[in-house]
Amino acid sequence: MSQSELLVSARSTQPWWRSRTVRRFARHRLAMFGLAMIIILVLACVIGPFLLPFDDLYIDLRGRFSPPFTGYHFFGTDPLGRDIAARLLMAGRISLLVGFAAMLLSTVFGTVLGIAAGYFGGRIGTVLMRFVDAMLSFPNIFLLLAMAAFIKPSPIMITLIIAATSWMEIARIVEAEVRSLRERDFVVAARMLGLSNSHIMFRELLPNAIGPIIVAATLTVARAILLEAYVSFLGYGIQPPLPSWGNMLNGAQQYLDSAPWLAIVPGAAITLAVTSFNFIGDGLRDALDARSDML
Amino acid sequence: MLRYLLGRFWQSLILLLLVSMIGFAVLNLAPGGPLSQFSLTPGMTQADLDRIASQMGLDRPLPVQYIDWLGHLLRGDWGRSFRDGRAVLDIIWEHLLATMLLMGVSTAIAIFVGTLIGVLGALKRYSIFDYAATVGAMVALSIPTFWFGLIAIYIFSLRLRWLPAGNMYTIGDGSLGDYAVHLIMPSIVLALVNIAVWSRYMRTATLDVINQDFVRTARAKGLRPRRVLVRHILGNALLPMITLLGLQLPTILGGALVTETVFTWPGMGRLFLDSLGYSDYPVVMGLLMMSAVLVLVGNLAADLTVAFVDPRIRLS
Repeated sequence: MSQSELLVSARSTQPWWRSRTVRRFARHRLAMFGLAMIIILVLACVIGPFLLPFDDLYIDLRGRFSPPFTGYHFFGTDPLGRDIAARLLMAGRISLLVGFAAMLLSTVFGTVLGIAAGYFGGRIGTVLMRFVDAMLSFPNIFLLLAMAAFIKPSPIMITLIIAATSWMEIARIVEAEVRSLRERDFVVAARMLGLSNSHIMFRELLPNAIGPIIVAATLTVARAILLEAYVSFLGYGIQPPLPSWGNMLNGAQQYLDSAPWLAIVPGAAITLAVTSFNFIGDGLRDALDARSDML
Repeated sequence: MLRYLLGRFWQSLILLLLVSMIGFAVLNLAPGGPLSQFSLTPGMTQADLDRIASQMGLDRPLPVQYIDWLGHLLRGDWGRSFRDGRAVLDIIWEHLLATMLLMGVSTAIAIFVGTLIGVLGALKRYSIFDYAATVGAMVALSIPTFWFGLIAIYIFSLRLRWLPAGNMYTIGDGSLGDYAVHLIMPSIVLALVNIAVWSRYMRTATLDVINQDFVRTARAKGLRPRRVLVRHILGNALLPMITLLGLQLPTILGGALVTETVFTWPGMGRLFLDSLGYSDYPVVMGLLMMSAVLVLVGNLAADLTVAFVDPRIRLS
């Protein structure tokens, strides 16, 4: 496809859902699988708890450690006799919500910082990006755990902490993108017109850098869900009785021999959700990458 | 060359300074700051807290405290453990070796397997193997390390009884073979993510090299395919991988923390979690700083290695 055709297609009036990008995304089989899985997971977590005959907090000490498919306990019960299926869905609400919220926060922060660093460049840009480098020198999980141990953990705090330790990659991507766009004609023109810095940054540069941001944001959801699972598994994330996919695994290791489903079920849910988001991210990258257009 | 080296050292020093500032900020994040562990002691009054604060120098302005803290850090005085009063740095040194062993073996596995998968994928591009490796890598990146560890323990130690479920050696044994048997599972579990990352990058790097003129020339002058593969393709494709290894260090260290927890491996990660459990903040802070320092040193080492191996940089 030639440059002029690209321009035409960008200006054409066809609805967005029939655009080249969307069609290319729809052809990506893994991404479609991921999208379907996420829709199913979200629907199950939103509606599912109303359909199950058990409450996620209902304790039944006589029915402890029931293996999967005992009566209506599709995934069995946990050490307190609570239904694992019910807990899994309620946990999904928390885990997915934390993942999404952390993604939103870190994407906004990373994008603003990245645009500022890339647009202003010079000393400001250097200082900001060195700060990003320094943050990236800490293994994510060490920083996360240290902060979670110092601060009283609540779902909101966990979200904030996860966001605070996962905005750096987006900032890097946006900074590189903006730095390459900064000298392009449309930016130079905007500057000559006397438009304000914030107008150039958020109305001119941001829309042109949106592709990589969307891809990075999708992958950040996957990572945020994983990080929540890690801290909660280690006991410093979401605190019981509130269930999350991570903290359901928290006590699972000691019962691994007698009740392996305690470990298998939530871990499979995490893997499914994270894989799906990674697939979607991969599909978006392929669909939004203009270079694959030119081939 | 010398100029490059000096620039790189200087860069690392600046980063180290920034890293220490972030560490100090985290330390002061706790409600009540570094004093929080005392405020929980029964019978502690505000006057007592104030006295301790002034004894520890916590009533001074933050920048002064930071300089003081940094000075102690640089002189090797990383504080004392709340748990047993021993020097933090000594405790960390004791656990460093176990972590290094785990990370080293695991990384060696990841490099070997990842290179194999990546190069094969690139040579047989768009084959079923290539496609399976791509999807497999994405799934491997999505599996929580601790869950993979639990599943491995369930299959290989609880059901099949082939491998020990944890620890570094059997008490009373401790032969080399015994260490090796204990290493197998944790190092493979820790390697999984890195195999995925490594194979992806290796595939791209190989594809970059494979179509270059010098590879065609080597083939055209009749070199055996194996020699072209090893000397011309691998030799060039592996070069950027050294940098990648440095960049992957935080991930590997973080993965080691989780792996050590699941396999009760007596390394830094295990120590970190134990110390968190005891609110042993000096050790927690020490480990946080140590992990960042290791990452910085590792990155510097990777860049220096590239500089020495790559004649384009060495001779410039």
